[in-house]
Amino acid sequence: MNSIDTRRRGFLKTSLGAAAVAIAPGMLLFDMAHGKSEAVSSKVRWGMLIDTANCADGCNDCVTACNKENGLAGGSSSGGLSPTDSQWIRKVELKDMRGGRTLSLPMMCQHCENPPCVDVCPTGASFKRADGIVLVDKHLCIGCRYCMMACPYKARSFVHEPLHDQKPDVPRGKGTVESCTMCVHRVDSGQQPACAEACPNKSILFGNLNDPDSEISKKIRTVASIQVRADLGLNTGIRYQGI
Amino acid sequence: MSKLIALLVALCCCASAGATESYRMPKIDTGKGGQCVKEPQWMRKNHMHLLRHQRDETVHKGLRDEKISLKNCIECHASIRDDSVISRDDSFCVGCHRYEAVKIDCFECHSGKRKSAWLQKDAK
Repeated sequence: MNSIDTRRRGFLKTSLGAAAVAIAPGMLLFDMAHGKSEAVSSKVRWGMLIDTANCADGCNDCVTACNKENGLAGGSSSGGLSPTDSQWIRKVELKDMRGGRTLSLPMMCQHCENPPCVDVCPTGASFKRADGIVLVDKHLCIGCRYCMMACPYKARSFVHEPLHDQKPDVPRGKGTVESCTMCVHRVDSGQQPACAEACPNKSILFGNLNDPDSEISKKIRTVASIQVRADLGLNTGIRYQGI
Repeated sequence: MSKLIALLVALCCCASAGATESYRMPKIDTGKGGQCVKEPQWMRKNHMHLLRHQRDETVHKGLRDEKISLKNCIECHASIRDDSVISRDDSFCVGCHRYEAVKIDCFECHSGKRKSAWLQKDAK
């Protein structure tokens, strides 16, 4: 290698270093000025573990909290329920006809890893976020309701009537399909979903399934829990204990 | 001569004043107002691109940039009288959009109310 090559190499190294030093603080400042700059990633998978043994028969607190948080009609003070109102979470009563054992559990969008609603959506409105939350992008939804047909859990609702006074954090509108968002606006700000917070018996445990040290992962390792309709191979984010 | 010039100047002034009046700008209630993203003329021309870009970032990637979120726009631009950007003919969004004859769909789903006002109502 001759001396010109060596000098050229040296010059390139120093100028690259100088450029990095000049640019780095600018990028840092840019990040600081523009708030949260990191997109959700698949390092996290949000999920819930529902302990049906603790879920009280007749208790409806999770449903009420969901309605209130998301501005669904069931939570409004003005009107009662109408037959076309959206239902993001509902209480289901189960009874073993032979043994007579009854149990009660909340049922909502199961936030599948392989969601059938996403498979069938013709516009790409139904999608799964990198962190496992299944959502409807209502800007793209045309209201065809294929996803409602495809969902094995009957988790989705269609908005039939014009809406007024939506909550600023939860935009909803006529002609689109909607379902449990796992309170995505709360999760993004570091809170847990409204239903988990409202449960008086703490039967809904919310957390990161991908983090082996999270409370939910530890519990799933130690107690028996199942996915509803595990035979479909959807790998749901919501798991039930004691069914 | 100087009188003639003065007369000409006066005439020009009248004409330009008349022109501004006949070109009726919409009178809008800018709420608290102020500039946080870019200067008003740029915003008048480009706000829709910012909002559209931000909506995809937020819905799909969870990037909730406070500064250019619709909620944050409403927070400052909602009327001080009724906390809304859409409730009256001269409200911030409606005033201009009616003048330009451009229909806005945003508020069929999004709330046009200031979030802080919502929280106060909710607390009651």
